[in-house]
Amino acid sequence: MATHAAHAEHAHAPQAFIWKYVFSKDHKVIGIQYYVTAMLMALVAGLLAMLIRVQLAWPEKDYTWLGKIFPMGYDVGGGFGVMRPEFYAMLFTMHGTIMVFFVLSTAPVSGFGNLLIPLQVGARDMAFPFLNGLSYWTFLPGCLVILASFFVESGAAAGGWTSYPPLSALKGAVPGSGTGQTMWIIGMVFFIASFTMGGLNFVTTILNLRTKGLSMFRLPLTMWAMFLVAILGLLAFPALVAACIMLVFDRHYGTSFFIPAQIALNNVPLLTQAGTPLHQGGSPLLWQHLFWFLGHPEVYILMLPALGFTSDILSTFSRRPIFGYKSMVLAMCGIGFLSFIVWGHHMFVSGMSPYLGMAFAVGTILIAVPSAVKVFNWLATLYRSRIRFTTPMLWAMGVISLFISGGLSGVWLAQAGPDIHLHDTMFVAAHFHLIMAGAALFGVFGATAYWFPKMFGRLMSEPLGKVHFWFTFITYYGTFFPMHYIGIAGHMRRIYDPYQYEFLKPLQPINELITMSALILGASQIIFFVNFFWSAFKGKKAGENPWEANGLEWTTQSPPPHGNWPGEIPEVHRWPYEYSNPDAPRDHVMQHEPAGAAAGH
Amino acid sequence: MGKLQGLLFALATVVLVVVSTAYFMKPWMPPLLSDRGDIDHAIWVALVLTGVVFILTNLLLAWFSWRYQDAEGARAIYWHDNPKLEWTWTLVTAAILFVILFNALGLWASINGPAPADAALVEVTGQQFAWNVRYPGKDGILGRTDFKLASQENLIGLDPADAAGKDDVLLLNQLYLPKDRAIRVRVRSMDVIHSFFLPQFRVKQDAMPGMVTEVWFTAKELTPPDKPLEIACAEHCGLGHYRMRGQVHVVAASELDAAVAAAAGQ
Amino acid sequence: MTARTLEQSPVHHQGADVPPAGPGAGDGGSGGGGGILADPARLGLWLFLGTITMLFIGFTSAYIARRASAGWGGELTPPPLLWVNTLLLLASSVTVEGARRRLRRWQPGVAAWLGATGALGLLFVAGQVAVWRSLVARGVLLAASAHNSFFYLLTGLHVVHLLGALVWFLVVLAKARRLRYTPGQDGLGLFATFWHFLGGLWVYLFLLLFVF
Ligand code: HEM
Ligand SMILES: [Cu+2]
Ligand SMILES: [Cu+2]
Repeated sequence: MATHAAHAEHAHAPQAFIWKYVFSKDHKVIGIQYYVTAMLMALVAGLLAMLIRVQLAWPEKDYTWLGKIFPMGYDVGGGFGVMRPEFYAMLFTMHGTIMVFFVLSTAPVSGFGNLLIPLQVGARDMAFPFLNGLSYWTFLPGCLVILASFFVESGAAAGGWTSYPPLSALKGAVPGSGTGQTMWIIGMVFFIASFTMGGLNFVTTILNLRTKGLSMFRLPLTMWAMFLVAILGLLAFPALVAACIMLVFDRHYGTSFFIPAQIALNNVPLLTQAGTPLHQGGSPLLWQHLFWFLGHPEVYILMLPALGFTSDILSTFSRRPIFGYKSMVLAMCGIGFLSFIVWGHHMFVSGMSPYLGMAFAVGTILIAVPSAVKVFNWLATLYRSRIRFTTPMLWAMGVISLFISGGLSGVWLAQAGPDIHLHDTMFVAAHFHLIMAGAALFGVFGATAYWFPKMFGRLMSEPLGKVHFWFTFITYYGTFFPMHYIGIAGHMRRIYDPYQYEFLKPLQPINELITMSALILGASQIIFFVNFFWSAFKGKKAGENPWEANGLEWTTQSPPPHGNWPGEIPEVHRWPYEYSNPDAPRDHVMQHEPAGAAAGH
Repeated sequence: MGKLQGLLFALATVVLVVVSTAYFMKPWMPPLLSDRGDIDHAIWVALVLTGVVFILTNLLLAWFSWRYQDAEGARAIYWHDNPKLEWTWTLVTAAILFVILFNALGLWASINGPAPADAALVEVTGQQFAWNVRYPGKDGILGRTDFKLASQENLIGLDPADAAGKDDVLLLNQLYLPKDRAIRVRVRSMDVIHSFFLPQFRVKQDAMPGMVTEVWFTAKELTPPDKPLEIACAEHCGLGHYRMRGQVHVVAASELDAAVAAAAGQ
Repeated sequence: MTARTLEQSPVHHQGADVPPAGPGAGDGGSGGGGGILADPARLGLWLFLGTITMLFIGFTSAYIARRASAGWGGELTPPPLLWVNTLLLLASSVTVEGARRRLRRWQPGVAAWLGATGALGLLFVAGQVAVWRSLVARGVLLAASAHNSFFYLLTGLHVVHLLGALVWFLVVLAKARRLRYTPGQDGLGLFATFWHFLGGLWVYLFLLLFVF
């Protein structure tokens, strides 16, 4: 039978190191490869953020010592070192790009998605293991290209992570728009190709390879999140590919998709030798539409997995069934759908038709409803629960906290009127770092602690984990909450030296406070890396089900063998949230336990 | 161990609520000098509404994490849905949000509505890294421009052949606004995208190359002659983005032409 | 009994008595039963087609938006050779169906029909290159107008996809020649679907560029 055949095939796992751990087709190995790569990229992007923050707090100080470490970024002369303004632009551009795509789309989706999907749906591997391996080996060159771009002659891309043309299209507009921007585009194309391969695998595996008895409405919410995220990626990323292709043509072949005629760079009109305009009729707004058609679904690609992890972790450690499972699923589907019709809220003051602005404000307000529902459901899950405050649980609570804090400011920004004042200020930086970056980051940390046994067969250190959580939680708020205030005061984003402006001078002390908090935040991540590597080799052995959880991944060894279950794949009899059923002998009933082990769901 | 963590989380949440609320009470908005007070009002309403939700949800979070600690032998309740309750909170949230939305749309419509007929006119052209300000002069008409004519001497490419442009007054990084008279600002760009930002006037409008966008508003307070306010660039436009700064002066409407002429004469 | 590798549709490998999608799918409350949900390869292909469709929807929206502004051009008319190419590509869809039928019924001639498909595909690519060259020779240049830009961009992208399909074609051809397919099974189904999709895409692009 097919099952046996598959099993037999999987029993013959590759033995050579290179096939087992490097060019592996095993979803667990690929997941870990993705995860580790993403975390290393996070280290880089985090370091860039530290440089940004230091500059924002004390632009007038002497940075000779930093100039020694980053010779491409600082002018050191006469015993005084200052950051170059274009380096600052490269810092925030690459920080944003790396964090959004190469860290927080990668670690939760490609990392945990690959690790968890077959384990949670009861499959031996992903539907297309070869494609899966290929996707990682497409992702890695993307990372390398992005990192290498710092070292090309005019530096990395400097047009912001949104790469708005004409800034990103005209080589003379900003130093990074030379080779750096080309490498940015190449890196993105690699990334998108790998993400697409992953997406095909995610959807087919979740739809096709679920084990017996596992209907869609018995899936863990993490699986629903992965399913939706894959669909969002498959449908949204092509828009950015299209935009990137057109940008390449504008940059290298003189076309006019995004570049209008009326441009005089440095007082020199862009004309042909014949005196006719070099470009004709292109529209910078077109790029913005295409970019944000991807860009907004993209923020949910970051967030949805974290929301899934949070639901699963919350239910396990509060020993309560997740409240409102169906409405959670509907809310995620609603968020996924609506995320395609709100992109224009990034363009309220761009000169787009005000009527369009209205339509986008409506969509944006609508999307707040399912988001609120999720928070209410989480709170209801905690009500009269029995909380076990493990490290994963702390992170899950952190996600809820950040999701509330960051979500509410969205209601301000959705209103096109207030957005006139708040657009492109630090208020927006506060908003998206709390809800998108924060929720996703905390989700990843929570998931790491929770599913660590399924990665390495061991548990992460609880004391280290808790110390790491508390430092991160407090300094994360310390870093990003005050950005609301300075944003309301008018502090623009992407500003190399805010104190050129009289009205921003009084805000320097707050910027200093933020930076000190950010530096502690950055430094405390060392705790995580120490904990991660130490626990991977020396941590406490986990056993099959250390958290007394219900999902299928907890029915096999830690780490699961090649093929995931040594014997038959278990059959599913209920949803994964059967906690504290009064009719059951134990306080939790696992998905694969036969009926009769519990009455109820 | 568990007990301590729950307590800490509750404590941290309460501290967050208290401190952040206290700081939100401070007057962060730059002093308002225009007729766009409705934006401030909308922000204030949003602050109060979301503030209440923020406080309530966080207090619940704190209360639950402190109150519902795991204890030996005790079991959590087995309660996994309640359609009535779920519908209630969904619909109530939606209703509140729709009221907010309704107001927001009204505000947006009024800001984008037509300018009064007697509004003054000025053109602001962003350029790496300065603001070119142009007044139409006596004829009230801005002369033709053509980017092909742009050069070091003619920053915005004013067409010398156009008679309407003869009396145009050009200023660099200096904007004069009439008090109590509406002003229409034509926003343009010579190169990349900039954003014309007047924090104290609640005005922000991207300057798009190849496009003319227009905003209008009314300044309501005079600025002291020696203490002008600032024009900022709010859209990343290159390495000098941070110093793309101009000055704004509000003068009595009757003195606008004289003030502009004086500034140009300097 | 062949081992089940998920890279290929399991249908290609297993006899009719084997449940379609291996572990779990299709039985009791999961996997969605039969049809596309029982066949990962087919589902994967359709998802991929969805992604490509979104790519061209992106270009279409850009095309429509861009057409309204200056420098559009729009004088470009389809060179006669383009009609010939269109017919070639449509004919190749017919031949791939011929090959597919014969394979399913286990009749001889599969390789010949397949060969015809590949040849027609190659001819199409060569024809497109010829069209570009003749246009360039006539002075219809990429950057001269936005309509031109879209013409080269979209036709070029279509050819890139077609070249991808031709690589797949080589795999299919090799398999057919080595009799890797089994009687009664739709061995060429996936490839034929992709090929038809590219034919349809071409017709769509032709209409978009020259009719609408
Ligand atoms: C280590 C913690 C982090 C710190 C201290 C930090 C700090 C910053 C700072 C100072 C900026 C520049 C704001 C400005 O002036 O425009 C910025 C921008 C940004 N950050 Fe972070 N960040 C952190 C983590 C993250 C994460 C996890 C993400 C993931 C999504 C992220 C995404 C972004 C994006 C998209 C931008 C905008 C870049 C641009 O303007 O083009 N950040 N961050
Ligand atoms: Cu958005
Ligand atoms: Cu600017």
